[in-house]
Amino acid sequence: MFPELNNLLNTTPDRAEQGKLTLLCDAKTDGSFLVHHFLSFYLKANCKVCFVALIQSFSHYNIVGQKLGVNLTMARERGQLVFLEGLKSAVDVFFQAQEKPHPLQFLREASAGNLKPLFEFVRDALKPVDSGAAGWTYPVLLVDDLSVLLSLGLGAVAVLDFIHYCRATLCWELKGNVVVLVHDSGDVEDEENDILLNGLSHQSHLILRAEGLATGFCRDVHGQLRILWRRPSQSTSQRDQSLTYQYKIQDRSVSFFAKGMSPAVL
Amino acid sequence: MATVATCGGDAVGVGSAVATASKSNVTSFQRRGPRVSGTNDSGPRLVSITGTRPSVRNGQLLVSTGLPALDQLLGGGLAVGTVLLIEEDKYNIYSSLLFKYFLAEGIVNGHTLLVASANEDPANILQELPAPLLDNCKKEFDEDVYNHKTPESNIKMKIAWRYQLLPKMEQIRPVSSSRFGHYYDASKRIPQELIEASKWHGFFLPEKISPTLKVEPCSLTHGYIKLLQFIQNIIYEEGFDGSNPQKKQKNILRIGIQNLGSPLWGDDICCTENGDSGHNLTKFLYVLRGLLRTSLSACIITMPTHLIQNKAFIAHVTNLSDTVVGLESFIGSERETNPLYKDYHGLIHIRQIPRLNNLVCDESDVKDLGFKLKRKLFTIELESGFAFFHSAHF
Repeated sequence: MFPELNNLLNTTPDRAEQGKLTLLCDAKTDGSFLVHHFLSFYLKANCKVCFVALIQSFSHYNIVGQKLGVNLTMARERGQLVFLEGLKSAVDVFFQAQEKPHPLQFLREASAGNLKPLFEFVRDALKPVDSGAAGWTYPVLLVDDLSVLLSLGLGAVAVLDFIHYCRATLCWELKGNVVVLVHDSGDVEDEENDILLNGLSHQSHLILRAEGLATGFCRDVHGQLRILWRRPSQSTSQRDQSLTYQYKIQDRSVSFFAKGMSPAVL
Repeated sequence: MATVATCGGDAVGVGSAVATASKSNVTSFQRRGPRVSGTNDSGPRLVSITGTRPSVRNGQLLVSTGLPALDQLLGGGLAVGTVLLIEEDKYNIYSSLLFKYFLAEGIVNGHTLLVASANEDPANILQELPAPLLDNCKKEFDEDVYNHKTPESNIKMKIAWRYQLLPKMEQIRPVSSSRFGHYYDASKRIPQELIEASKWHGFFLPEKISPTLKVEPCSLTHGYIKLLQFIQNIIYEEGFDGSNPQKKQKNILRIGIQNLGSPLWGDDICCTENGDSGHNLTKFLYVLRGLLRTSLSACIITMPTHLIQNKAFIAHVTNLSDTVVGLESFIGSERETNPLYKDYHGLIHIRQIPRLNNLVCDESDVKDLGFKLKRKLFTIELESGFAFFHSAHF
C-alpha cells in the first residue's frame, strides 16, 4: 500500500470502513497501481481477500506485492487470499470440458452468458468458516478488471448483476468491501462500457479515477488522480467531496502532490 | 580506416558472449534468485537459453524482436510469455517486414518457430525472410551507414566506437555486451541451409479447415479454435510448458500470426460496423495469452486495425495485449510529399508497453518516432523535421 494514498483517503488498515464499494477507474493511462495498493492494504488489514485477477498472472502481483510489503504466496497458503488466475483458468476451461461449472464458464458459451458461476465461486471463497479459527476481520472482493469481462462477450447488464449480487452478499450481509477496476474508454464510443461505468459510479462509496494528463505524456508527472467520496444511500444533502492530485509512480511507491506542485517543476 | 578496424575487433568479442537467464521452473515471470551472479556459476538451476537475456529492470526474460532499435524502445526486448501486437500499416508492407524480422531472429537464435497464416503458406513466408548480417559482413554494413556522415561527426564517434554498431537514435543508452539482436539485409533472402537447420511448424488455415463444416455452436470461429488447439499441442508436445522434464535444453517458441482478424480467418470484425458479435477475436486473444503466460514462448501478431471500424473494439484488443506498436506508412498519403517527412517512410507509434512485475514500465520519453527502410537497415529515429524548424529560427 502507498502511505501517501492512505493519507489522502484518510484511512489506515486498522480502521478502514466496512460495507463499501470502491470503484477504480482509469482513462488514457494505467490504473493498475491502485489495484496493487488495495490488495496490499487489505492483506495488511488482516482481511480475507478474494482476488479475481483476469488480466495478469499470479507472479506479477506477487512480485509487486513484495515491493509493497506483502507476500501473496504465504497469504494464499494460510488461506487469507483466494486467488482466481483468469489467464490460467481460461486455458483449462477452454480446452477441457468441465464436470461442474467453472467460474469462467462463459468462455465456452457461444451466446452471451452470465456470471452466476463466478459469483458462486466468490461466495464460497468468502463465506465465513464456522470454525472461526482463522480470525480474519472481514471479507474483501477485488476484481482486476471488469472491462475484460465486457471484452469477452458478457453484457454490461450481466456484469452489473454480478456486482449487485456481490454487494448484497459481501457488503450488506458480511459487512465486507468490494473493490473493482473498470477502464474508461474516454472519447471512444463504447456503449456497454459506459453503461457499466455509470451504473457502478452511482452505487459506489468511493471513486478513484486515474487520468492521463490532458497535455500529454510527461516524465515527471504520470497522471492525475481524482478522489470522489459519495453517499449513495443517503440523501444528497451533503455535497460529495472531491479532491484532485497529481502523481508519479516510482519503483516501490507512488508520490502524490497538488496540481502544479511536482518536485520537478518547483 | 581506423574506425572500421576497431569496430571489427569489437564485433568478434561481442558475438561470442551468450546471454544468461536464470530459471528454476518454466514461467518466465520469476524474479532472478540471489544465487544468480554470473555465467560461471555451476549448478543445475542456471539455464541459459540462446537469444534471451534478463531485463535490467526486473529480471524478466527478454527475446529480441529482430530489430535492435525496436528492442530499445520496448525496454530491452520482448518479454517471454507476452504478445506483441502490430497494428498493420495500410498496405501491409512494413508490418509484414517486422513479422519477418521476428521470425528470422528466431531462426538465427535457434528458436522453434510456429507460423500461422490464412492467406500465405508458412513455407513461402519462411523463404522470404531477410538474410542476417553476420560478423563477416560487418565491414560492408558500416560503410553503408556512415558514408553520409560529416567528417566532424566521424571524429566524435571514434571515441565512442561501441555505439557505431547502433542505428542512429536520439537517446543512446549503453547496450549490454552480449549479441542480443541481429541486423538483417532486407534485399537478400535468408540462406536455405538456415531454414533447413531450423525447427518450425506451420499453420495454414485452408489446409486445417475441413471443407465440410459441421455446424455446431462454438464459442469461437472454427479457424481460431483450430489454431489454439494447434498451438497448445505444440507447446505440450515439445515441452515448452515444462511438462516434459527429460528435455535437457530449454528453448523458446516464437509464434507468429499474420493478419489476425482479417476475413480470411472467418472473422467479420473488419467487414461490418458491429461485427464480432460473438467476440471471437477477444476470446482468442485471451486464451492465447493464457497459453503464453504458462510457457516459454513469445508471440507476434499483425492485425489490420485500419480496417476495423469499431474503435471501441480496438481499445478492447489493446487492453488484452501486452505490447502494442502501430505502424503508419506514408505511401499514398499526403505526408509522402510533406517536406517534414521526406526522410522517412512512415511513423511508428508505441501504443502500449506492459508493466510486468513492476509498478513502472520502460516508457521511452521520445514519442515522435519515424522509421525508414534503407537497403540493409530498418531505422527508427526521432523525427528530425522538428529540429529543422528550430534551427531555421535561430
